[in-house]
Order: sequence, then structure tokens, then C-alpha cells
Amino acid sequence: MAALVVALLGALGFTIGFGLSGDPATGVAITAGAALLGTLVGVGTYFAGDSLVLTVSGAREVDEAAAPQLLNVVRELAIAANVPMPQVYVIDDTAPNAFATGRDPKHASLAITTGLLEKLDREELQGVIAHELSHVRNLDIRFSLIVGVMVGTIAILADFFLRFTFWGGAGRGRDRDSGGSGGVQTVIFIIAIALAIVAPLISRFIQLAVNRQREYLADASAIELSRNPYGLERALAKIAGDAEVLEVANRGTQHMYFTNPIKKFEQRSSGLMSTHPPIIDRINRLRQLTGDPPLGQAEAAQLAGLE
Amino acid sequence: MDPLVLIVIGIIVVLVVVAVVIYNGLVQKRLRIDEALAQIEVQLKRRHDLIPNLVNAVKGYMGFEQKVLTDVTNARAAAVAAGAQGPAQQAVAENALTGTLRSLFAVVENYPELKANQNVLELQEQLTTTENQISFSRQHYNATVLDYNTTIATVPSVLIAGPLGFAKREFFDAEPEAANVPNVDLSLS
Repeated sequence: MAALVVALLGALGFTIGFGLSGDPATGVAITAGAALLGTLVGVGTYFAGDSLVLTVSGAREVDEAAAPQLLNVVRELAIAANVPMPQVYVIDDTAPNAFATGRDPKHASLAITTGLLEKLDREELQGVIAHELSHVRNLDIRFSLIVGVMVGTIAILADFFLRFTFWGGAGRGRDRDSGGSGGVQTVIFIIAIALAIVAPLISRFIQLAVNRQREYLADASAIELSRNPYGLERALAKIAGDAEVLEVANRGTQHMYFTNPIKKFEQRSSGLMSTHPPIIDRINRLRQLTGDPPLGQAEAAQLAGLE
Repeated sequence: MDPLVLIVIGIIVVLVVVAVVIYNGLVQKRLRIDEALAQIEVQLKRRHDLIPNLVNAVKGYMGFEQKVLTDVTNARAAAVAAGAQGPAQQAVAENALTGTLRSLFAVVENYPELKANQNVLELQEQLTTTENQISFSRQHYNATVLDYNTTIATVPSVLIAGPLGFAKREFFDAEPEAANVPNVDLSLS
């Protein structure tokens, strides 16, 4: 699916270049230029992104004395996964949630809210940490970054092109073309406009769909690590039943968390526009593994011990 | 030179390169197994070192639970001795030790002052995490052994594994008895 985003970026760049100048080489040049710009931004985020995201979320690092059980759980799973021990941070908030960041297992950080530490028992905590560690192992953060850079590049490219077309000198350029290539160029130009309108939206939908599938993958990888589906299942049910809002989260960081921290998005999450799959679906997929019957909403609350 | 000779030489070169690549892969997998085994040893040693502290912490309160305490101490000594005898023997001894520890914690549940004791709680958390680390180390070890055994049994590696001395490695198994619930004797005798 991510390859579609690459294809969209290529198509957009090429049609813009060709449509403006009648020369395929320009098309390639524009795509390359946009990709380069995006890569420069991406490289900066790649190396400095962790600390930025941790600071924005108000995370503080913890050591053995401050959170012994949490560090023990992380250490156990790092052994199971055969990865180096990540840096562990705590966010002071009563809403239960967690996220992982880091371009590869050697540079990983995990952040967990105090709400999660209080509300979940050891087995459930193990499930959540296994999920976050799996994101790091599956290189999801790096993958999301690359897809994000491409989606951003598409948006910028489309934006510039549309502005240029409707406010700038593209019309004059076309009139000066020789007769032969004029027809093809006009057609490609029209395709470019269509793509410029549609591509940013489509690539965004693809990015969200990919994010959702990666969440399912992280759930499955978590079970592969801990060999215990019940902990993760109960953790998901508990968090689903918890009505608290995570104050430090916003639209920019929502996709990284264990469950969507913006509660009204979580409720509407079965649509195309959501960053996470609905929690009931995640629980039901885990139940398929253990052979238990699937859950409805009321049963999920019961599972969490809240009713 | 005759083109046929060139082709034959080319095929031989390709086969040699493939054989070298397979050999290197097998060596890497074997080394990963050794590393995983060493990891388990580290965790087991940690448990051996923690146990005397635990026994001392509970001894004062559980004066008449001598059998449980001596069982733990003896099982620990046996496990340390079994360390020199290879993974299979070690697994047996370590499983026995786990059984005695479970019995001990089951008995601790019945002593409210002990349960609330900060020292004992910390030691319990330490032992819980050590048990988990041991079991995850074994899980990882078994995963590396499975990977290696599968590779040397399947084509194309199977063709060169035997002649070059790559033998199957054994898993770190749980004993059938480990699945039983520990028998806790709470009588005062």
C-alpha cells in the first residue's frame, strides 16, 4: 500500500513537469527535487524527532529507583525480543496510554503515563509494553516517517503547482509550445491538475490505512513476544472503558499512542479517517487467536472489570 | 578458451559462492545459540544469588516452616551444581528450583505480616522479574535453536551441513512435572 504513495508522488511530479514544459526530463527533475526537499526534512526528523516528541509530550526519564516494576517489565521483554534496553520515560497524566519512538531498536524510547501504571496490573502492563516494543522492532516509526514525508511532499508539490497554475505564468508557457507535442502536453497538464487535487487526499487515506494495519501487526507481534494474549486483551478492554482524556496529546501526535488519545476520534474510529483500528476489533482479533468467542461493546466493559 | 569450459568454470564458481554463503549463515546461527545460552546462564546466576536473601528475610517469620525453606536451599545448591552438566541437566535442576520457590511463595501468602513487609515485597518483585527473565531467555534460546535446526534440516543447507559438522542442538525444555501445581503442606509438624 505504501508503494501506492510512492507511485502517486512519481505520477504527480512527472505530470506537473511534463504538463508545464512538454519535456519528460523536467517531469523527472521536479519529482526528484521535491523528493530531495522532503528527504532533507525527513533526515532532520529522523535524527532529532525522538527528543522533540518526548519533550512535546512532557515525558520525564525514570530509573530503577523511581519505577522498578516498569523497568523490570521492559527489561524482560527486551530479553525476549533480543533488543537492547530502550530508554523509559513517564508522562504525568491520569489517562492510561503509552507510545514508542525511535528509528531502530538501538535508539528506542518508550513513554508510559502514570495513569496506565496505576490502572493496569503486571500482566496487562506487559501486554502494552510488548505492543510498543513491537512497534520499534517492526521499524514502524521509521516506516511512518518515510510515508509521512512522502505524503507531505505530495501535499507541498500539489499546493505549489495549483497556485502556480491558477495565479502564475503556466498559461503563457503552454501557448509557446510547438504544435506536435501541444495536444499530449495539454492532456497531461489536465491530468496533473486532477492529481494535484486528489493525490493529497488519497495519500492521506493510504497513510491512515497503513497506520491501522501496523497497529494490528504490533498487537500480533506483542503476543509473539509475551506468549500471553490475555494480558493485552484485558489492557485494551480497560483502556477502552476509561473515559479520561490525555491532555498532552494533539492531532499531530495522536497516531503514535497505544490507543487514540482523542476520545471522540476513538469512538468514530471505524472509518477511513482514523489513525487506529477500533478497540473492539483489536480485542476480537486477539480472541481469534485464543479461540474465544468475539466480544460486543458491553462485554468489553465486563472484561475490563468495570461493570 | 572453449565456451563450454568457461560455462563449467562459471557454474563451479557460483556453487562455491553459494556454499560459502550458506556456511557463514549456519555459523552465525550457531553463534546466536551460544549467545542465547550464555544469556540464560546470566539470569540463572542472578536467581541463585537472590535466593539466600529471600530465605533470610522470611526465616524470622516462618520459623516452623523448615521443610519449605530447606527444600529451597537444597534445590538451589543442586541447580548451581547442575550448571556444569549442559542445558538438559540444567533445565531439570532449574525447574525443580522453580517448583520449590512456588511452594515458598504459596506459603508466604498465609502470613499477613510477611506479605506486608517491604523487604519481602521487593524481593518477591525481584524474583518475579528474574523468573520472567529466565523464561524469556529460554524462549529466545529455543527460538534460535529452532531457526538453526530448521535451517540445517532443509534444502539447500542440509547438503553441506552434515559434511561440515553442523549438528542439531537441543531445546531448553520444561519438565512434565513443571505443569503440576506445587504441593503445599501447611501442617505444623
